[in-house]
This record gives sequence, C-alpha cells and structure tokens, in this order.
Amino acid sequence: MQTYDLEANGLRGLNSALQELNGSSNKTAWEIVNPKGSHAIAVGLNSPVEVTVKGSTGYYCAGMNQQATVRVEGSVGPGVAENMMSGTVIVEGDASQYAGATGHGGLLVIKGNASSRCGISMKGIDIVVHGNIGHMCAFMGQAGNLVVLGDAGDALGDSCYEARFFVRGSVKSLGADCIEKEMRPEHIEILKDLLARAGADAKPEEFKRYGSARQLYNFDVDNAQAY
Amino acid sequence: MCGIVGLFLKDKTLEPKLGDMLTDMLITMTDRGPDSAGIAIYGSEAEGRTKLTVQSDAPDAAFDGLDGALAEALSTDVSIRVIDTHAVLDVPAGKSEEARAALAELRPGMRVMSAGDTIEIYKEVGLPEKVAERFDVRGMSGTHGIGHTRMATESAVTTEGAHPFSTGSDQCLVHNGSLSNHNSLRRKLQRDGVRIESQNDTEVGAAYLTWKMQHGATLGEALEGTLEDLDGFFNFVVGTKDGFGVVRDPIACKPAVMAETDQYVAFGSEYRALVNLPGIEDARVWEPEPATVYFWNH
Repeated sequence: MQTYDLEANGLRGLNSALQELNGSSNKTAWEIVNPKGSHAIAVGLNSPVEVTVKGSTGYYCAGMNQQATVRVEGSVGPGVAENMMSGTVIVEGDASQYAGATGHGGLLVIKGNASSRCGISMKGIDIVVHGNIGHMCAFMGQAGNLVVLGDAGDALGDSCYEARFFVRGSVKSLGADCIEKEMRPEHIEILKDLLARAGADAKPEEFKRYGSARQLYNFDVDNAQAY
Repeated sequence: MCGIVGLFLKDKTLEPKLGDMLTDMLITMTDRGPDSAGIAIYGSEAEGRTKLTVQSDAPDAAFDGLDGALAEALSTDVSIRVIDTHAVLDVPAGKSEEARAALAELRPGMRVMSAGDTIEIYKEVGLPEKVAERFDVRGMSGTHGIGHTRMATESAVTTEGAHPFSTGSDQCLVHNGSLSNHNSLRRKLQRDGVRIESQNDTEVGAAYLTWKMQHGATLGEALEGTLEDLDGFFNFVVGTKDGFGVVRDPIACKPAVMAETDQYVAFGSEYRALVNLPGIEDARVWEPEPATVYFWNH
C-alpha cells in the first residue's frame, strides 16, 4: 500500500505516478490522503490498480477510467467517472451532477444520492445509486443500466435510446419517449447481478423498468412537438 | 464561471474570525473568478446609526473633507472610516436616503455600494487575494458574510460589474451564472422607475428583487419570483440584516454545496471552499435542490 499526500505533493505527481502503471497488470494499492475537494483525482488510469481516496473530491474524479478500482471515502463533485470505459468506481457519499456521463463501460456505485444529469448520454456503463437521483438523468442514454434504489427526479430518460433504467422508488416524471416497460426474467437477472456487485440490499422484484418507446428514433412530423 | 462563498454564523464565539474564514474561502475560489472580487459583511451595529459604504476611483480627492461636507448638508454629525477605495460613512438612522441625495451632489462620481445598519460591501477589480488584502477583510468580524469571485461573461470587468450588489437596506445579492432576459427585464424595470446603472445582468437580478420587495413581496417571495421571471442560469446567494438565503434555477447547472453544523451554515460553489471550516468532517454537507428557496435567520 502506497500513501500519497495530495496536499503536500500535488495533483500532477499523483496522476503521473498512477498513469505510469498504465499497461501493466500490477495490482498495487494506493491511498490518497488530504484530497480536500481537489479536481481530477485519479484520472486516465488504465491498469488494475486499487485507489482509495480518503475524503471528498471536486470535479471529474476517476474520469476516463479503465480497469482500475477507485473508491472515494467521501462525496464527489461534478462529473465523477465521466467517460469511464471499464473498471469500478465506488463513492461512499453523494455525487454531484453528471455522474458517469457518457460512460462506455465499467460499474459506478454511488452509496448516497446523485444529483441532476446522472448517466447523461450513457453508452454502456452500469450505474447503481443507493439513494435518489435528480432531474434529467440518463438524457439521451444509449446503452447500459441505471439502477436507483431511491426516487428519480424529473424527466428521467428523456430522448433515450437503448439504456435501461430500474427504479425502486417513485419517478417524478418521465422524459420524452421514455416509458415504463415490462420486467422480464432476463431483466431480473441483470438487476440481481448489478445489485450484488454494488453491495445493494434490495430485491430485483421491487423495481420497475423504464426505457425508450422508440418513437423518436426517426423523424416523424407527427412527433415534431417531442423533439 | 464565478465563485460564491457564504458563511452564516450560529456560534457567537466565531464572529471575530468571520473575515478570516471568509477570506480563505474566497481565495480558494480564485480560479473560478480571477477578474474581480467582493465581499458583503454584516458587522457591528450602533444604536440609532446607519452606515453607507461608498467607493471612488479617486479616493483621495473624494473622501477628503467628505464627513464635514456631508454633516453640513444634513445638519447632523457624520463620521467617516476610509479603507482603500471605499469609505464607510456613519450617519444617524433615518438619514440614509437624504445622505444618498447629498452625496450625489457633493461627489457625483462616487458610488454607494451599500446602505444599512450592519452591512458593508467592498468590491474591486483584481485577484481575490489582493482585493481581500486591500480591505483587510481578514480583520473583519461579523455575524454573516457573502463573498464573490468574478469571471465576467455578460459585461465589462469593472468595479460596478463586481458583486455583491445591494438590493436594499442591509440586503445584498451575489450571482453565479448568466441571465438571458436581462435586457428586456431592465427596460421593463426602468419603465417602472427602477434605477439600473450598468449593462450587467446581475444588477438586473438585484433590481428585480428590490422592485418585488418595494411592491410588498417578502424576500422569500421575491426569490420565488426569480424562478418565474428570470430566464437563464443562476445560483443566487442573498444576505439580509439577520438572514442568509440561497436559490438555484430549475436547470441547476451551476455548482453549489452547502454545509451545516451547530456553529454555522456555509455555502460554496465547490466543496474546496469549505474544507478548512471547523468541524467540516462531521458537518451535514449537501447540494441545494433546484428551484428551491433556502433561508436561515438569526
């Protein structure tokens, strides 16, 4: 276990040390102390390194992650795990807006609440939020799964493509072209696996599934109001 | 961008440290707004007196003999405390409007930053650290204060474009965001006789609140009104003589974090601004909800 004091040694030193491991299969463990809300902590990683951040972070923590496991023992600012490709990011506290935006893969777990635009334009990432999510989440979501144990805010899944949304609590409103869908056995299986991997104590049967009504895929003049 | 910091103290023992804590918070937000900075501080109150904070680009000439000239114009006693480009004029309560009118005659180029029993507003162009140094904000004590670091988008980098803006007696407003209907709203308010001096969007927001309250709205109702009548992006933090409020537009794309303990309520554009506050590790930290008015009172 290596300990890095971010306040004493600076952000560039941290990210270049972690990125030096890129391409290796070295499973080293790092602990980052004194994050103090700093931006861009542990970004651009591409090795199975395990990073623990001892405190809360600012913008863009664990952005563009591949393979690495990043655990934040606090809350995160906007854009956590933005454009993640693979690996795992776990936030013990809350996440600010656009958590997991444009993510292509990997698993993002938020143990508290996520605010607005969580999973916006998601492209294959799996996101599990133990608490609630804010408005405009998964806007234009293309692929992947967004699982919410609490409630969802306004306009969930607006203009979505093939991303799936599983919500256990209430949904304040659904966005354009997003509808409730039948929960089939294959969805129960997907959900069971995600809940287990996210350490979430919930039964798949308690969730409702939402997704695209596929009415806005191609231009249709009758839908002009909805575009 | 722009950065906002705010601190509302519940624990009186922290009052002597208000300026010091706010200065650290303000400097942390420098990279969100390096153009100019400002601070509204709610300090001491003297029985039967009210304060006018004024600013001049030529302070030596403007403040020289100002107390005597104003005392003569108002036929009363006036004292002055000069701090760099600003000066705090102490006049008898109830003489504030008369003093404003007299100041416009006596020193036409001078600007009134704030008026009220406890509020003082200091703002200038320059790095937040330098601005705080010029006014010795660290040495100020008070019950609550609001600071702003500006990255200009809607109007020029000038003292009058800096925040906070005064919205009435003992009231102020800071803003992170940009309003898109400020030109039409400015015309509407001006037609109604509201004085708006710059092309700045936030000044229109401030004037809107003043106008609403002149028409009988409470501050809470005026803030609710911004959600209907203002178009654009905004996080507003407002101060009153004994209170502190926050509102975010319904889209809420501008960042905001709040923290509350038994000792204080704090606002920061980012969590970074709050990390050195006492007991922050155990504070309740949350992101204020969109389109929701928050308010704390002493």
